[in-house]
Amino acid sequence: MKIWSPLLAVLALVIIAWLGVGVLHWTTLFGIVIPYAAFAVLVAGIIYRVVKWAKSPVPFRIPTTCGQQKSLPWIKHDKVENPSSTWGVVGRMALEILLFRSLFRNTQTEKREDRLGFGSAKWLWFGSLLFHWSMLIIVLRHLRYFLYPVPALVQGLEKLDGFLQIGVPVLYLTDVFVVVGLTYLFLRRVVIPQVKYISLAADYFPLFLLLGIATSGILMRYGFKVDIASVKDFAMSLAALNPQVIEIGTIFYIHLFLVSSLAAYFPWSKLMHAGGIFMTPTRNLANNSRVVRHINPWNYEVKTHTYAEYEDEYRDKMRKVGLPLEKE
Amino acid sequence: MAKLPKKEELLQYEYKVPATDWMDTPVEFKPGTYCYGAKGKNLEVVDFPNARDWSPTDEDWKLPEDWKGTVLEGMADRLSKYRSFRLFMDICVRCGACADKCHFYLGSGDPKNMPVLRAELLRSVYRRYNTTSGKLLGRLAGARDLTEDVIKEWWYYFYQCTECRRCSVYCPYGIDQAEITMMGRELLNLLGLNTDWISGPVANCYMKGNHVGLEPQTIISNIEFMLDDIETITGKRIEPRFNRKGAEILFVAPSGDLFAEPGIYTCMGYLMLFEQLGLDYTMSTYASEGGNFGFFTSNEMAKRLNAKIYAEAKRLGVKWILGGECGHMWRVVNQYMDTWNGPADFLEVPVSPITGTKFTSAASTKMVHITEFTADLIYHNKIKLDPSRNDHLRVTFHDSCNTARGMGLMEEPRYIISKVCNNFYEMPEETIREKTLCCGSGAGLNAGENMELRLRGGFPRANAVKYVQEKHGVNVLANICAIDRAAFPALMDYWVPGVQVMGVHELLGNALVMDGEIERTMDLRMQPLPGKGAAKDV
Repeated sequence: MKIWSPLLAVLALVIIAWLGVGVLHWTTLFGIVIPYAAFAVLVAGIIYRVVKWAKSPVPFRIPTTCGQQKSLPWIKHDKVENPSSTWGVVGRMALEILLFRSLFRNTQTEKREDRLGFGSAKWLWFGSLLFHWSMLIIVLRHLRYFLYPVPALVQGLEKLDGFLQIGVPVLYLTDVFVVVGLTYLFLRRVVIPQVKYISLAADYFPLFLLLGIATSGILMRYGFKVDIASVKDFAMSLAALNPQVIEIGTIFYIHLFLVSSLAAYFPWSKLMHAGGIFMTPTRNLANNSRVVRHINPWNYEVKTHTYAEYEDEYRDKMRKVGLPLEKE
Repeated sequence: MAKLPKKEELLQYEYKVPATDWMDTPVEFKPGTYCYGAKGKNLEVVDFPNARDWSPTDEDWKLPEDWKGTVLEGMADRLSKYRSFRLFMDICVRCGACADKCHFYLGSGDPKNMPVLRAELLRSVYRRYNTTSGKLLGRLAGARDLTEDVIKEWWYYFYQCTECRRCSVYCPYGIDQAEITMMGRELLNLLGLNTDWISGPVANCYMKGNHVGLEPQTIISNIEFMLDDIETITGKRIEPRFNRKGAEILFVAPSGDLFAEPGIYTCMGYLMLFEQLGLDYTMSTYASEGGNFGFFTSNEMAKRLNAKIYAEAKRLGVKWILGGECGHMWRVVNQYMDTWNGPADFLEVPVSPITGTKFTSAASTKMVHITEFTADLIYHNKIKLDPSRNDHLRVTFHDSCNTARGMGLMEEPRYIISKVCNNFYEMPEETIREKTLCCGSGAGLNAGENMELRLRGGFPRANAVKYVQEKHGVNVLANICAIDRAAFPALMDYWVPGVQVMGVHELLGNALVMDGEIERTMDLRMQPLPGKGAAKDV
C-alpha cells in the first residue's frame, strides 16, 4: 500500500497528461494554465511554509556541538564543527548544505553475538549527493530554454556534463546519475528492512515522481526526439508571460505535467527539507550562549522556592550545624 | 527490582523488524524496562496537574477529563513557541541515518527505539491534527488518532530516551530527538504522567535544594565524613565553609557528589584542590544542586530549579560561579541558564585568582566548568602533581553526552587526565567525543526498577570499554558526570567486571601534591598505593 499507491498515483498523472493532451488536445490547460498555477503554488507555498517556521521563535541556543568548544586560548578550537562566530556557522552550514557533512559521518553498526562493530557507511551520503547535485545541474541546464542569450555558465555546465561525447545527441552524465541516484534511494528503501519499516507513502511518491520526470525527459531527448527549437520558443513565451501554445508532442506535455505536479506538491511535503535545513537550530547557531545572552522572546516569570522560604523551613537545623542565617 | 537476566539472554536480540506495521504493534510494558509512575505527593509539591498515585501497569491511567484537548492544545502551543519542534515535525525524510545511532536501539533491537521512529510516535499525531494531508488521508499520510494507547506508548518510549543527542550528530538536518522527547515529556506532564525517579528528585530539589533530598545538616555531615577521610589520607584537616557571604566564588556541584560512592571521591578531589589553592570560595546548602531533573520534565520546571543558582550567587555576593563535574548540568548551564534566569549582571567575568586567566568564554553566564579551571591551573604550572600515584590505574575516558554534544568540552578533561596519570587509552573513535555513546541512564532513567533497560542502553558503551580492557588492560572509566558515576558501576560490574568508575577530579586528588601533607600510602578510596610507603613492604 505504501509503495503501490504512490506508484499508481504517478502513473495516473502520466495517464492524465496523455489523455489531456494526446487525446483531448487540451494544450492550453496543460501547457499554460497548469504550469503557471503550479509555479505560483510552488513560490507561494514555499514562502508560506518558511514564514510559518520563522514565526515560531528559537527560545534557546541549542547547537549540536560536534567538536571542541572555544574555551582556553591554548586549546585548539574546532571553528566549524563547534562554531563560536557567524563565519564559523556559515562554514558549518555550507558544508552541511553543499556536501552533506553530517551524512558523511554515517556508520553502520553490526552485532556479532556479544560484540558490536562500527563500520563505515558512506553509500547513503554518496547516493544522496549524486542525486542532489545532478538534479541541481539539470535544473540549471534547463535555464537554456528560458534565457536568450544562453548564459555562459549554463553553456559551460552543458559542456562539462556532456564531456564524454557519447552518441547523438550527446549523453549528459547527470541524466544517468540522477536516475542511478534515485534508483539507489528507492532500492535502499525497499531492501533495508529498517528503512522499509519507517517509510511512508510520502517517501515513495517523490521518488516515483522524480523518476517519472527524469524518464520522460530522457525519452524526449534520446527517444522521441522532440523539436528542441519549438520547446525553446514555448518556454521563452512562458517566461515572457506571453504564452504561446505550440505543438511539441505528447511526451513533452507529460514531462511538463509531472514537473508541474512536483512543483505544486513540493511545499506541502517532506521535500521542504530543502528549505528547512537552512533554519535548523541545532546547526545554524553559534555555540556562544555563555558569552552572549540568548534572548527567549516568551521567557516568563516562574514560581520558585526562595532562600527565605528555605531558611524558614530549616532554620533550627541550620543553626545547629553553625550555618550562617539571614534571620536569627 | 526485577531479577536481572543473564548476559546471554539479554543479548538474544537481532536488528530485525516485526511483521506488523509499527502502528499496529502495540506497546508491551516489559518489567525491567520502565520506571514506576510519579507519586501524587511529588507532583503536588511543584503544583503539577493531575497529581495522583498511579502505576503504568494499571489499565486505567486516571487521565484528567478532556485529556485529549489538553494534549492537542499543548502541542499547538509548543509548535508556536519552539521552531525546533515545528521544523523537526516537518522536515524528516526518514533516511534512517539515525536508526542505528541510538544506544537503546543498539542494545534492544526494538525498532521504536530508532530515533526516527520514536519521533514518528509524535509526528503521526501531529500530522493527524495539524496537517491537511494528515486530516484528509489519515494513515496513508502517516497520521493516526490520539488515543489512550498512544499516550501509553509515548510514556513508554519517551522515558526510554536519554536525550543524549547522538542521533542529531548524524542527521543531515540536525533533527534532535532530545528536542522531540522533551516536547513529548512536556505533553505527558500536562496529564500528570511522569516517572517516580524524576518527579521525586524534582520535588526534593525544589524544596531541599538538591535531587537526593539532603537537608542542610546532612550535607554538612556528609562533607565531614569526606574531610575525615581526607585527613587520614593526607594528614591535613580541611575546613570548607558553607553559605558564606562575601566569598569570591560560589562552587556548585551535582548533589550526587555529596551523597554516595563513587561521587564522593570526586568531591574529595574538589575540596583538596581548593584547599591547596587557598581558594576564597563557598558552597551553598540552598543551591546544592548543579544538575536539573526539571530539565527531564518541562522547560518551566527546569527554569524553576535552575533559578536557585543565580539567586544564591546574588544573595551571597560572590563574584562568579564555579561548577562541578556533571553532564546535563552543563548542557543547562551552557544553553539555557543565562536565557532563563539571566542576565547575571551582578556577577563579574570570571578570573582565576591563581593564574589571572580571564574566562572570556563565560563572559555572560559567569560560570566556569571545573575542568576548564583546573586545566588552566595545570597549564600554568600552579599545582604540583605526582601522576605515579595513579600508576595502578589504567584509564579510559567517557565523554558525557551533554558536555560533548551540548557544549563541546572535550579537550579540557583529557588534558587534566594526561597530567595526572601515566596510563591513558582512548576507546574507539566512533564511540568518543561527539560520537560518544550514552551511559544509558541519563535524562532521569537511572532508577533501579528499569535496570534491564539501563543495561541494554549501556551495552554499546560497555562494549567499547571491554575493547580497551582487553587491548590495554583498562581498569578505570573516567568521566565528568554525576549520573555516569551513579550509573556506570552497576553496568560495568555486569558487562565489564573489573572496571572502576572515577571522576576526573578523583584522579586529580590522587595526584595532587598538597603542602604539608603526609606521604601518601593510599588513594582517595583508601586503597593502598602499590609501591608507595607502607605498601612497599608488602
